[in-house]
Formats: sequence, structure tokens, C-alpha cells
Amino acid sequence: MAPSLEEPEPVADVIENPLKSKPQLVAPEPEHCPGPEDPDPDIPLISARLSGIKHKILVLSGKGGVGKSTFTSMLGHAFAMREENNVGIMDTDICGPSIPKMMGVEAETIHVSGTGWSPVWVTDNLGVMSIQFMLPNRDDAVIWRGPKKNGLIKQFLKDVEWGDLDFLLVDTPPGTSDEHLSVNSFLKESGIDGAVMVTTPQEVALLDVRKEIDFCRKAGIKVLGLVENMSGFVCPNCTHKSQIFRATTGGGAALAKEMGIPFLGEVPLDPGLDVHATTARVSLSRSPTVRPVRHSRRLFVAWQNK
Amino acid sequence: MSLSKVKHIILVLSGKGGVGKSSVTTQLALSLSLAGHSVGVLDVDLTGPSMPRMFNIEEAKVTQAPGGWLPVTVHEANAEAGVGELRCMSLGFLLKGRGDAVVWRGPKKTAMVRQFLSDVLWGDLDYLLIDTPPGTSDEHISLAETLLKDARPGQVAGAVVVTTPQAVATADVRKELNFCSKTGIPIIGVIENMAGFVCPNCAECTNIFSKGGGEVMAQEFSVRFLGAVPIDPQFVMLVESGARPVYPAGTMVNGKDISGANASTEQAAETSTRKDAALLADKYRGCSLEPLFNQITRDIVAAIG
Repeated sequence: MAPSLEEPEPVADVIENPLKSKPQLVAPEPEHCPGPEDPDPDIPLISARLSGIKHKILVLSGKGGVGKSTFTSMLGHAFAMREENNVGIMDTDICGPSIPKMMGVEAETIHVSGTGWSPVWVTDNLGVMSIQFMLPNRDDAVIWRGPKKNGLIKQFLKDVEWGDLDFLLVDTPPGTSDEHLSVNSFLKESGIDGAVMVTTPQEVALLDVRKEIDFCRKAGIKVLGLVENMSGFVCPNCTHKSQIFRATTGGGAALAKEMGIPFLGEVPLDPGLDVHATTARVSLSRSPTVRPVRHSRRLFVAWQNK
Repeated sequence: MSLSKVKHIILVLSGKGGVGKSSVTTQLALSLSLAGHSVGVLDVDLTGPSMPRMFNIEEAKVTQAPGGWLPVTVHEANAEAGVGELRCMSLGFLLKGRGDAVVWRGPKKTAMVRQFLSDVLWGDLDYLLIDTPPGTSDEHISLAETLLKDARPGQVAGAVVVTTPQAVATADVRKELNFCSKTGIPIIGVIENMAGFVCPNCAECTNIFSKGGGEVMAQEFSVRFLGAVPIDPQFVMLVESGARPVYPAGTMVNGKDISGANASTEQAAETSTRKDAALLADKYRGCSLEPLFNQITRDIVAAIG
């Protein structure tokens, strides 16, 4: 039987039953870091399940809508272009999963065998796992508090049969909260290779990305580099280049320099990409959009060979 | 509860991140304030607060007063000019450094949201806008839970749902509409943001994130479509550097020429980059999006009644 959320928790229960132990917070505590948490008893199981995966890469950004999922899909395709690579993409955005749509597998469901859940295979060597595959209706809202989200992420790591993978890309939701802490603590033992940060040029986005980099530092995750997305827009009519989200504070390049992390490149806005991303596979021959993806792939390959 | 003197509470929601919830909140607040209403803005995006940056009050700190926290004033009421006061509360004001990460699991976020709803001394307000993070999780559940329990009947006017036109965004926003219907929050309407970009060089309008997705979605869910808002780099500049919006000669909005006399964009950027929060509403009057939001605001006020 396929795992499904066929009978979701009635929302009235979620709303009417506040947390059992009412949290007390009298004064704000601005200084926070992922503190020591009790190690989960399932971590050895997760490590065993993931032992066939060579590299685990997180795609992070404090800000929403900057293109984490777009970048993750394209990086997935870029890795999978080499037939000898097996690639998996895990979508940990529980409330707003985008990966299935971008990969054109929105209507698929997960199959379960005696040994675990099978990911949905987009191509022979590119598999995807997302909560979207478990929803009875496409538009169903997943109204879950943190602990339930953590539980599902744990299941994704513990029960999904990835098999032998060269790369597992983990797409994350915006913010620095439950999903991020859980992914980090569940994967700590089996090892995270690092995180790629995605941003857009304007300061209002950089502000949140700075927080995410701070999170990575505190959590001990290596930042592989920063990609600036939506950097400018070339008018298809007159080829005039406009800065839609102007980098008044220097954009991603300046932030990368300030934080001492590699800057992987700028991706311009490409109206054609939406069509590609949501209807079928991203065409990787389209040069300007793809350059930073290729670059980050190369950089990663170079880095792992060190 | 501190919301007792607030007449109407409006939530700004979107399942998707980065579609412009905070930009829309900012513009609704400015627009309501310019129409003479007193407005409060509560930012419950705890891990990525944007409102302090949007209102250009990042250095401001919250003051503790007997009975709770005093929100930060963006500008005072000016009866002569017909401008209402505008106040703002955000977790951003409580952080030591602007780059500090707030790494909180759900229960802590819940506690903070509750505290924001119960301990902020808003005083008399016509409208309280609540800006939310993306998703349908802890912050949203806590908001819905607390408001359903504590708010007067009719005090929660409903939710303004923001989307961008492309399918990837509307897919998530549909989830948010279902969240609203499940939790019994009325939907005031849908705003489609980033609907097209007019090239400043040749005036060709390109639909960067495709087109019409918000309107179609609104029809499907039988909710009001409040309007499509194009991308205006001048608004981005207004927020980013405080530059007064200036348009090339001949820029027409609703049949009115809004371009300054012979002023080019570059000149404008040089002359008025001075940061001045008190003037934000004033500067916004010159933005091409102002008439649009003026109309949206009037529709919302009429819908709330």
C-alpha cells in the first residue's frame, strides 16, 4: 500500500488543541543557536539506510521564492546528465513542495515494498521524494506543526529506498526552523558534504540569507558557495538589460566576500524557464541560465577530488 | 488582550515564499495610512523578518512599557495632510545583530506569536495588518488558533492572499486558500504580484513569471480578485535605498503622466538616496504602484464594510 495522507488529522483538532505543554516565553531571547538536542534513537537506522549515498548536499536560503527548487532541479539534472551518476532529490518543504511540479512528476504516487518506500524516478538515474506524492488531492494544505514535519522528514530519510546514490540533493523550505534543524541532526552522523546558498540581489533577500549562513556556521555545515538568482533581466524585445531586483548593497558577490564563501555565479531571469520547469525537463543546453549550475557542479566535483 | 482596541485585523498570506507578502503588506499599510486610517503592522515571520527593512527602520528597538511592548512608529498621524499613524512590530527589532539567525523549533515560535498577539500595546487602530511567513505551519496555526479564540466576532476581517502568476507559485497558494477555508478565516481577495515587467527602455511588457495565474485561481476558488501588480524597479529602489521614484518622461499610469520633468532615473538615484523613514509615505505617493494600491485598498475597505 502506498503511504498516503488519506485521512489527515482533522484540522479542528490541530486548531483547538494547543500544544500540550504550553510553552512559556517571558522575554525574547535573541541569541539562539541549534543547541545540543537529545540524539534520536533512529539515527543509526538512518545512517544505515543512507550508507550507499556518497554525497549529500543541502540547498538552502533563508528567503522564500529565490529559486531554491529551480536550482535544485537543475543541479539534479546536471549531475544526472552523466549516465554513471545516480542522483536523488529530497524535498523537505512539507507545506509548499515544488520539486514534483518542476520535475514534471506531480501526479505520481509512492510505491511501498517490504524494504521501504520507492522514490519516484524522473529518469533512470534521477529519483525524487516529496510529500506531494502522498496527498490525496493536489491542492490539499498540509497543516502541520513542527513535530509532525520532523516525523515525516525522518521517515523520508529512514524509509526511502534510495539505493546507491552518488548525490542526494536536499531541497529545503525558507527559514531556519524545524526542517533545517531536523535535517541537520538526522544527517549529522552520516555526514553532510555541504550547503549551496541561493539568493536574489536585493538587500531584503540578502538579509535573510545572512541569517541562514549564520545558521550553517552555528550548526557546523560547510557552505559550498552562494548563487545569485534573478540577476537582471534582458528585454526580449530590445535586449536592454534591467536590474529588476537591484543589488544596492553589492548583491550576492559582496555578501559572499563579506562572509568568506565562494561565489558561484549569477543567473539572470529567464521567462522561458518557467515553461520548461513546470511542463517538462529543464533544457540544459540553454546557456546563460545554466552556467552557474554547471559551474557549481564542476566546483563540487573539483572539491570532492581534493 | 492588546488587540481589544483594534477595529479590523487583516492577514496577508501566501503559501509560497518571495511572492511579495511583505511588499504588499508595506504598500497596503502605506495606502491605508495615506487614506487617513491608523494602521499597525505585525510581522510574524520570525526566522526571516522583512518589515523593518521595508519601512527602513532597521535600527529601531522596541521599548518595554508597563503591560507590554510599544511598537515602533514609522510615522505619526498628521491630521492636516489626512495621514493616519503607522506602527510596526517585528522580531527584527528584538535581535542584537541584523545577521543573527533565529533558530527556533515550532513550540518557541508558537509562544512568540502568542506573545506578539497578547503583549503589544497597539492602542487605537483602524487596521492591523499581519504579515506571515510562507507555509501552513506553526506560525499560521498559532495565529488562527489565538485569533479564533480571543478576537471579537467580526474583528478578523480576513486574509489577503498574495501570489505570483506562475504555476509553481499558484500550486502552493492553492494550499493556503484551503488552509483558510479549513480554519474558517474569510478570504478578502487575491492579489497577483509580479505580473509583468515593463522594460524602461522600450516599454515592451514582458511576463517574466507568465501571466494570469492569480486571476484564474481566484475564479476557481470563487474569491475576489483584487488586482494584478506589475514589477516596478522604482519601488524596489524606494525600499532598498529610499530613493524617490522617478519615471522616464511619458510614463502614464491610469492616463496620468507621473514622470518628473526631464529627470532621468540615474539622476534620481544620485539626488535622493538619503534615508528618511518619516518621508516614506510621502515618497510612495510618487510611485507608479500607488494608484493601483489605492484602488485595492478601497476595494478591501469596502469589502470589510
